[in-house]
Amino acid sequence: MMSMSSNMINSALAASETVIDATGKDQYGRPIDYKIVNNEIRRAVSEGVKNITLTGVMGQRYIATAVDKKINISINGTPGNNLGAFMDGPFIEVFGNAQDMTGNTMSSGEIIVHGNAWDVTGLSMRGGKIFVKGNTGTRVGIHMKEFGQMSPHIVIGGRAGDYLGEYMAGGVILVLGENIPKQISPVGLSIGSGIHGGRIFIRGKVNANQLGVGAKLETVNDDDLKLINELIKEYESWFGSSSSEGDFVKVVPFSSRPFRGHFDSTPI
Amino acid sequence: MNSDMWKVPDRFRPVISSLCITCKKCIKECSYDVLEFNNGAIHAKHGCVACQRCVEMCPQDAIEIQRVPETMAPHGTYTERHRRAILSQANSGGVLLSSCGTDIPYNSIFDDLLLDAAQVTNPAIDPLRETVETKTYLGSRNGSLRLSSEGSFAVKPGCGIMMDMPVMLGHVSLGAVSYNTQKALFMAARRLNILAGTGEGGLHRDFREFAPHLNSEVASGRFGVNPDFLKDVASIEIKIGQGAKPGHGGHLPGEKVSDLISETRMIPLGTDALSPYPHHDIYSIEDLEQLIATLKEAVNYEHPVGVKIAAVHNIAAIASGAVRAGADFITLDGFRGGTGSTPRIIRDHAGIPIEAAVAVVDKRLTEEGLRNRVTLCAGGSIRSSADMIKMIALGADVVGVCTAALIAMGCRLCQSCHLGKCSWGIATQKPDLVSRMDPELGATRVVRLLSAWNEELKEILGAMGIDSVESLVGNRDRLRYIGPNPRIADIMGIKHAGEGWG
Repeated sequence: MMSMSSNMINSALAASETVIDATGKDQYGRPIDYKIVNNEIRRAVSEGVKNITLTGVMGQRYIATAVDKKINISINGTPGNNLGAFMDGPFIEVFGNAQDMTGNTMSSGEIIVHGNAWDVTGLSMRGGKIFVKGNTGTRVGIHMKEFGQMSPHIVIGGRAGDYLGEYMAGGVILVLGENIPKQISPVGLSIGSGIHGGRIFIRGKVNANQLGVGAKLETVNDDDLKLINELIKEYESWFGSSSSEGDFVKVVPFSSRPFRGHFDSTPI
Repeated sequence: MNSDMWKVPDRFRPVISSLCITCKKCIKECSYDVLEFNNGAIHAKHGCVACQRCVEMCPQDAIEIQRVPETMAPHGTYTERHRRAILSQANSGGVLLSSCGTDIPYNSIFDDLLLDAAQVTNPAIDPLRETVETKTYLGSRNGSLRLSSEGSFAVKPGCGIMMDMPVMLGHVSLGAVSYNTQKALFMAARRLNILAGTGEGGLHRDFREFAPHLNSEVASGRFGVNPDFLKDVASIEIKIGQGAKPGHGGHLPGEKVSDLISETRMIPLGTDALSPYPHHDIYSIEDLEQLIATLKEAVNYEHPVGVKIAAVHNIAAIASGAVRAGADFITLDGFRGGTGSTPRIIRDHAGIPIEAAVAVVDKRLTEEGLRNRVTLCAGGSIRSSADMIKMIALGADVVGVCTAALIAMGCRLCQSCHLGKCSWGIATQKPDLVSRMDPELGATRVVRLLSAWNEELKEILGAMGIDSVESLVGNRDRLRYIGPNPRIADIMGIKHAGEGWG
């Protein structure tokens, strides 16, 4: 393993700001180990740095895992899986694509992705926001949940794959379907399968046969529209104006207790 | 026939003797609403689960729970149990639900194993006068040494947790059990200097003080998992499966999601708390490696991260994969393990015995040169210190105990946890019932039980001439098989009684 180089941190910048350069290669020519990058991030956080910029990121995983300070992290390049997992507070902006499990079980904070974010984005998220300019893969927003003031939000500019919002127990998913032709649905199959809380809004075509177990379509009401417009405004503040127009479809659970009556408790 | 719901007769009936002074305490104590007072006497209605609360609390010892004799025509194939299940499901159309470990009397392999003792050629040790060590580590204890250019060396400490006995209290979540019950278990763990599992329901803020003695659980629902929860505790366990319900997620019914539970799990009041069947970020060993790495990053490599898997057919290969994925400890849970709620079909029919699982995992890891990387924990139906000791000899470093601890606290194994009406204040969230569990008393009784087991462990170690429990781990040559199936003994690597050493 290559030695930890102190020159990774640009000490010329003010103490509240740090640049971590991840472009280095190890002795085998591979991108440097995620442990080195994450160690630098941990050190910067513990030293009270408020703005961290990562450059040359090349698939390093677990970036900003469980960081619980309200700091800003800018990522140039392609962060690997589990970006911002378990995090509670940071604002992360990715200038590139994110991979799988972005925001895994995050408690609060924001992740802005100026590209695509793939499978299982926002898994078990319980607070904070994720904005994705491009498309997402399958099982996005799975088992999101809310409690009291904490409610997670995911906004996807393009499309989402199958099992969007599976097991969803709270929060909001908004799919804008930008640049998707009108005759094509911006979401896949089994939408909201096992959903027992929360709301999914989709702009564009959604057929009833795309819904999963326990999900139903409902008309968008004024409160929903207010929330949708707020989220679109926020989306546009990150990515510029959104081009598509069209009506929103709302997917909600049949019940907060979908499996009541499924069981028999008689002692045998 | 007036109804489409036919009778499934009761199995138990409280019988009140003439000693009764009609103080009506039993009526108050019965949370299943079985007893009533009329015409000057206490009478039993329908629905007794044999929890024994009225028996224990009756000041006159006037109550006895009787087994209702089987009244259907005897049949060896269609036993009354089968017929009751058929009738009940024809009534409900539902999946049969139960709790605790399976009540089917499968043969226990523990009962087919005998321990060795020292005679002549290897002297026995008297544990009352000589030291017999029972301290055990979870996770790596050594860390690493590094020489510097000046010749001195730097030590990177291991992240292992030292426990005073090779026992962990198993995972029971707040939700499955009451606040007072979880508190009692945590207090007991702290006094015994061992670890207790938090279960998957997160950690209530009042219980932060116990964090250094807690093994936190990251299960598929991720309830209550946040940075604090991960960083404060002694160790982190990814729960893939549970012996009582391998391959099944969790399902805490909305009735049990009270204010307290909703706050700790961070979910809305009264909704079902559903844990997905798999972790949706883990579909392979490579994915498991990523969650282990994420958790290690989350705690800066300062706490051991383990994986709990139910004992299933391919357990040795799966355990090997989990170690290669970076697990510091593996917890195996046998098919007889307990639960607060599970479909009967899984509880009674899925998985393999923990005895076989531990032996084959220990063998496999040893053969592959992986055994020294990992602490092997095993639980699921440890009824006595004898089971605990045999489990260690079969290959476990640490033994998980849970149902026995709950029995010490009052549980009578009536298998009605899923009804949420536990009369002993254990598996319930009803405030009047929860208050029946005194955490101090509960903790004291668990401490007494496990201290006694640890003394018995020392007795048997001494009798075997072993001065440290670590020397018994995986020492299958000190076990002999006396059961009906030598094939299982072969698979477990255990000789038959009568075969000597070497």
